Amino acid sequence: MNSGNQLNSGNRLQNLQGNRACVLGAVAAGCRFYAGYPITPSSEIAENMSLEMPRNGGVFVQMEDEISSMAAIIGASAGGVKVMTATSGPGFSLKQENIGFAAATEIPCVIVNVMRGGPSTGMPTRPAQSDIMQARWGTHGDHPVVVLCPWSVEEIYMQAIRAFNIAESLRVPVVLLYDEVIGHLVETVDFSALQNPQLYERKWAQGDPETFLPYANPGDGVPEMARPGTAFRTHTTGLTHAEGGFPTQDPATVERVMKRLLGKVDAHPELVEQVDEYYCDDCELLIVSFGITARSSQAALRQLQEQGIKVGLFRPVTLWPFPQQRFLAAAAGTRAVLVAEMNAGQLIQEVQRHVGRDIRVQGLQRFDGDVISPQQIVDCAKRILQDD
Amino acid sequence: MTEKSSAIADSTGQITPGPFEIRDYLRTELFPHFMCPGCGHGIALRALLWAIHEQGIDKNRLAIVSGIGCSGRVGAYIDAHTFHTTHGRPLAFATGLKLARPDLEVIVITGDGDCLAIGGNHLIHACRRNLDLTCLMLNNQTYGMTGGQVSPTTAENRFTTTTQLGNHEPVFDACQLVAGAGASFVGREMTLQTPTLKNLIREGIANPGFSFIEVLSDCTEIYGRKNDLGESAEMVMAQKADFRSESYGTVVDTPFQPKGLATGVLSRRSCPEYGAAYRQRLQDGK
Repeated sequence: MNSGNQLNSGNRLQNLQGNRACVLGAVAAGCRFYAGYPITPSSEIAENMSLEMPRNGGVFVQMEDEISSMAAIIGASAGGVKVMTATSGPGFSLKQENIGFAAATEIPCVIVNVMRGGPSTGMPTRPAQSDIMQARWGTHGDHPVVVLCPWSVEEIYMQAIRAFNIAESLRVPVVLLYDEVIGHLVETVDFSALQNPQLYERKWAQGDPETFLPYANPGDGVPEMARPGTAFRTHTTGLTHAEGGFPTQDPATVERVMKRLLGKVDAHPELVEQVDEYYCDDCELLIVSFGITARSSQAALRQLQEQGIKVGLFRPVTLWPFPQQRFLAAAAGTRAVLVAEMNAGQLIQEVQRHVGRDIRVQGLQRFDGDVISPQQIVDCAKRILQDD
Repeated sequence: MTEKSSAIADSTGQITPGPFEIRDYLRTELFPHFMCPGCGHGIALRALLWAIHEQGIDKNRLAIVSGIGCSGRVGAYIDAHTFHTTHGRPLAFATGLKLARPDLEVIVITGDGDCLAIGGNHLIHACRRNLDLTCLMLNNQTYGMTGGQVSPTTAENRFTTTTQLGNHEPVFDACQLVAGAGASFVGREMTLQTPTLKNLIREGIANPGFSFIEVLSDCTEIYGRKNDLGESAEMVMAQKADFRSESYGTVVDTPFQPKGLATGVLSRRSCPEYGAAYRQRLQDGK
């Protein structure tokens, strides 16, 4: 097994599995605590972490279940360490309550979900993209969350680093969401441009501990965090809390603190938003897809262009919050939008919500445990343009 | 969050705590507290803070992790780094916190429902790992916060809002459970023996491993009324009579009468502390 340190020792080209790249990205981002539970198809992440954490002076612990894995990383993050866990569908369901706790208490954490076929136990070894709504709305109540969707091994590495940067900067749970194909794909990663990534650290409490308010808005929507072991002795609770950290049910206070909590992610698009666009300026048909489906879409794009068809590809790398403005700009002037996804129609609902009735939106959905092929997308694109 | 020093240094520089002033450890700005008249949880809180004081633990280094229920709300009153987590999961949160920050003194406050029902899996694995945590389970034999439903420690035949015909379920003996699961320190005490309880908690905190202390508390307002157990003093005696503990077999050093309320240190086991063992392996692996 390669060491994470090898990245800095001149070995610029490496053949890596997606899940391994996820671990190396996390280590490079400063992750020093991992708690997890075995689940296909994410187990390689735990296996790699069990070596990389001790090797880098961090902690790896295999917990008794998915719930406690999530709880343990939140506990460690509350202690001041950058943390991660990884899972797949069933485990992601079990983690949801504690993800909501992290969102409410604003404790940074990164959760990797390597998507497999569902519902329930589903198809553990087959890919799917059917957890995208769960990634946004899996835990109860209104809450902030950021979801990042890489489409290659190299991008898993980069987005893992970004996931930590966003989690730490905004004190928000970040979900790194990719399908089984990307997770188990082995690709060459060129690390020459990935050396010494910029890392963002959490804002720690400063000033007078006597007057410190752990959930006060310093202006950018993200409060300073109290570090245990210092005089900033504060209370952390999943109960709705006022700026002082203690529970409140006063309507005016609840509205104020909830608005800050729910608005802090949208207040930082420069940090959060990322899209990938191909030929979106002048296309008749805009394909929207992410993860492995976007790889198929890219191949389809070439075929269609060779046949003289004007087609573009819009790939939300940050899936949630959905990059609404960038998408509307890309969709402007197109005759139709094709949403290709490996589920029964989830992202298409978000797309339809934004384009309204002006532009025709067609879905290409596959949920049989196999990948959408470039040819399927080519055929579907032609059909849409002929019908129109 | 006022700093009042009640510690004095002797001629050798050794810090010995001064007289115990409970208000030095409380967030009195949150008063009046939420606990019902007659509730034993306040006494348990006093015993805990007293033990913390006598152990000379710096509040800045103290982390209290609790779950959900009446027991979960107790932690907020402690002037320390307090974490009121999700139902049943305080031991899992505390595991992460303590592993990431071995410099902190991490104490878990949980209840019979939080710890033995929804959190049962985390409890047995915390015992098995033997991480240096002290777990205080406030056993009031019911789900008080939600209106007095049956819990894994509700005595047989007792009435609760979900055992309206009387409880037909057998009771968990928490101490027997955790001793079997490998906890390195197991003890039980009633709230009515506050100094004894304080000493037991001190021993638990001093034990370098997972320490489990069951505090027999009382829910006078809900459970007590439902079963006509009288005022709190009478109720504590009634609970004592209700409480049955089987023999522990060979894991227990301290003999006690079977079929009675066993209190004090019930089990001790010498085994490696999890965090130290992990860090040793890091050292060996280099």
